[in-house]
Amino acid sequence: MSNPWINTLSRVLYIDLTRKSYWIENREDLFEEWLGGIGVATRLYEEEVPRKADPLGPENVIIFSVGPLTSIYPMISKTVAVFKSPLNGFFAESHAGGRSASAIRFAGYGAIVIRGVSDRPVYLVIEPEKVRFRDASALWGVRSAETVGRILREVTSGAGLRSILRIGGAGERLVRYASVMVETFRHFGRMGLGAVFGSKKLKAITIIAGRNFRIPNLREYREIYKEVYELTRGPGTKKYHDLGTAANITTLNVIKALPTRNFSSGEFEKAEEISGEKLAEEMLARRVACVGCPVACIHLAAIREEYEDEKYLYKTEFISYDYEPIYALGTNLGISDRFGLLKLIKTVEDWGLDAISTGVVLAWATEALERGVITKAETLLDLKWGDWRTYMEAVKNIVMQPNEFYKALALGVEEAAKRYGGLEYAMAFNKVEPAGYVTGPLYFISIAIGFRHSHLDAGAYSIDEKIFAQGGKLPSPHDAVERIVEEESWRQVLNSLVACLFARSIYTPDRIAKALKILGYQYDENKLRELGRKIYFEKQKIKREEGFQPSKLRIPERIYQTPTPLGKISKEYINQALAEFEKILEKP
Amino acid sequence: MILAKRLAILDANRCVGCQLCMLACSSRLGYAGLTKSAIRVLTPGGVERGFTVIVCRACSDPPCAKVCPENALKVRPGGGVILDQSKCIGCGHCVEACTIGAINMDPENLKPIICVYCGYCAEFCPHGVIALEEV
Repeated sequence: MSNPWINTLSRVLYIDLTRKSYWIENREDLFEEWLGGIGVATRLYEEEVPRKADPLGPENVIIFSVGPLTSIYPMISKTVAVFKSPLNGFFAESHAGGRSASAIRFAGYGAIVIRGVSDRPVYLVIEPEKVRFRDASALWGVRSAETVGRILREVTSGAGLRSILRIGGAGERLVRYASVMVETFRHFGRMGLGAVFGSKKLKAITIIAGRNFRIPNLREYREIYKEVYELTRGPGTKKYHDLGTAANITTLNVIKALPTRNFSSGEFEKAEEISGEKLAEEMLARRVACVGCPVACIHLAAIREEYEDEKYLYKTEFISYDYEPIYALGTNLGISDRFGLLKLIKTVEDWGLDAISTGVVLAWATEALERGVITKAETLLDLKWGDWRTYMEAVKNIVMQPNEFYKALALGVEEAAKRYGGLEYAMAFNKVEPAGYVTGPLYFISIAIGFRHSHLDAGAYSIDEKIFAQGGKLPSPHDAVERIVEEESWRQVLNSLVACLFARSIYTPDRIAKALKILGYQYDENKLRELGRKIYFEKQKIKREEGFQPSKLRIPERIYQTPTPLGKISKEYINQALAEFEKILEKP
Repeated sequence: MILAKRLAILDANRCVGCQLCMLACSSRLGYAGLTKSAIRVLTPGGVERGFTVIVCRACSDPPCAKVCPENALKVRPGGGVILDQSKCIGCGHCVEACTIGAINMDPENLKPIICVYCGYCAEFCPHGVIALEEV
């Protein structure tokens, strides 16, 4: 009865940083019932993390997982990370691509669980059957996550077959929204995985592929592969292929849903200057892909700069841009200078911070300073909309934390505003700074109750947009929540495979069932949807047990003041929706 | 006469590093994985510096064949080599001898991976980096 394919995936690598030991367990049980990716990671979290665990203590774990279709079909390119978030204290999830998923899968693991705390800085080299614990004392204090990658590329083997995950200064110094850099320019960005690495004295992980698995039913496999491959090159992914996610700057600005100057407006008067079109024409230098993805949505800009102290001495640096960093560090800070924006994104990248949280934190600080809630005695800098040079200094301060104020900023906008005031415009939902959409109420509801706090949680910005396109009539709060839950439940299936959500229109239930059947799985649309719902409610159950109460969430007043394409958001609507959601959780 | 074919790197600057060619090469043999691939894509120091694509260029006077102690690598008419698995003892001399580093050992069966010039990888190159051409 047992499916041989599951046996290629079901090996879970356990690593104990405290004891510097590791072992491999066959968890066929988990992969049989929960497929892979987020399904399996959720169950591992349930097994591993006590509800009251300190996110920065030894009881927290880092779980990485991939799924049955990882690197087997095009665009199944993501790794799921699950951990307790040091930013909000709840079960959290973050996804990254690059080479992480293929490296984990072809190192022969379906999931990796990292427990404990190392007594000294360490980095891990993970190979098939083997884990090396290497001293990272000399790397500790290397502030730029990019430099860490450069060093590890030289001192570890496996060029072209490996993935290198690492933290910069922000993770070491426990900034609650520190990110983990993957290869260069991809990240486990949101929810503070970088700080969890830092708390465990884990500077980096290199994972090297080396295993191969026999594909069953080769002829049928090739047929479906070809079909999917052609689709990934079609109109469904064209947007990501051409301009990348930056295309959304123009799209959202036109409908006035582009967060500007701390979400005080949905329209940025100089959006054109930092639009996907303009960035491509003026700065785009190269496009890059995750393993197994023909789309290559990763857009790298080149910034050429003359040294101030020497004429005709130049440096050229590369920096990846995407919609979210452009919003968070651009429009939301009033920056329209392309060069300055890219420099600021690069600074955030080097320190190893989450771009969204950093931008939102700085936007709040700028507004609070403007309103006199705080003074320069706190900020040490004259933060001003558009002044990217000063923001670069402020980013450094968030990491180095020279005073109490920056120590507070390093905890996130919610904590900072609780201490200094200005909560009404402290943009955080369940303590997490939002991705960049002022599309309407469904989006804000969805991020308040989400796990990744990414726009991809339930993609509710796009539900808002659809409602707008159909005339703007809002569903009842109950129906709104149902729609979000339904969409997010389905995405649990995609996130268990683990697909890139940019391929969501290609991986229909029918096609997934076919792709899985070749590998020996028996699923139909109903069974897939059922599994998605089960995973979704399992996650919500864990979060509830950790103390999450939707009706008690603080919703920033700002969202009721800033007009959206669907008009001004009603407080009553949001409150009713959250109450409805709580009812659903009580009786799923 | 059938003309011999080989893989040509048309423009490595177009490469986005998706490694679909490597996945295709492995699946040609019926495997999912990266290390059985005869074509390799790697970065010369971070993705921002672009990609290097390494595959057998079907030399007319191949150094790999010259160093094979068992005559397991036969020179193909028109250039390149054909591996006779049954003769190969997995010594790895060919790997050392290849001037451009296009031969890797299969870590699982400990035999060299030799390109068969089938062009399956090129069928899945979305960006026109590689193509099968006549020698």
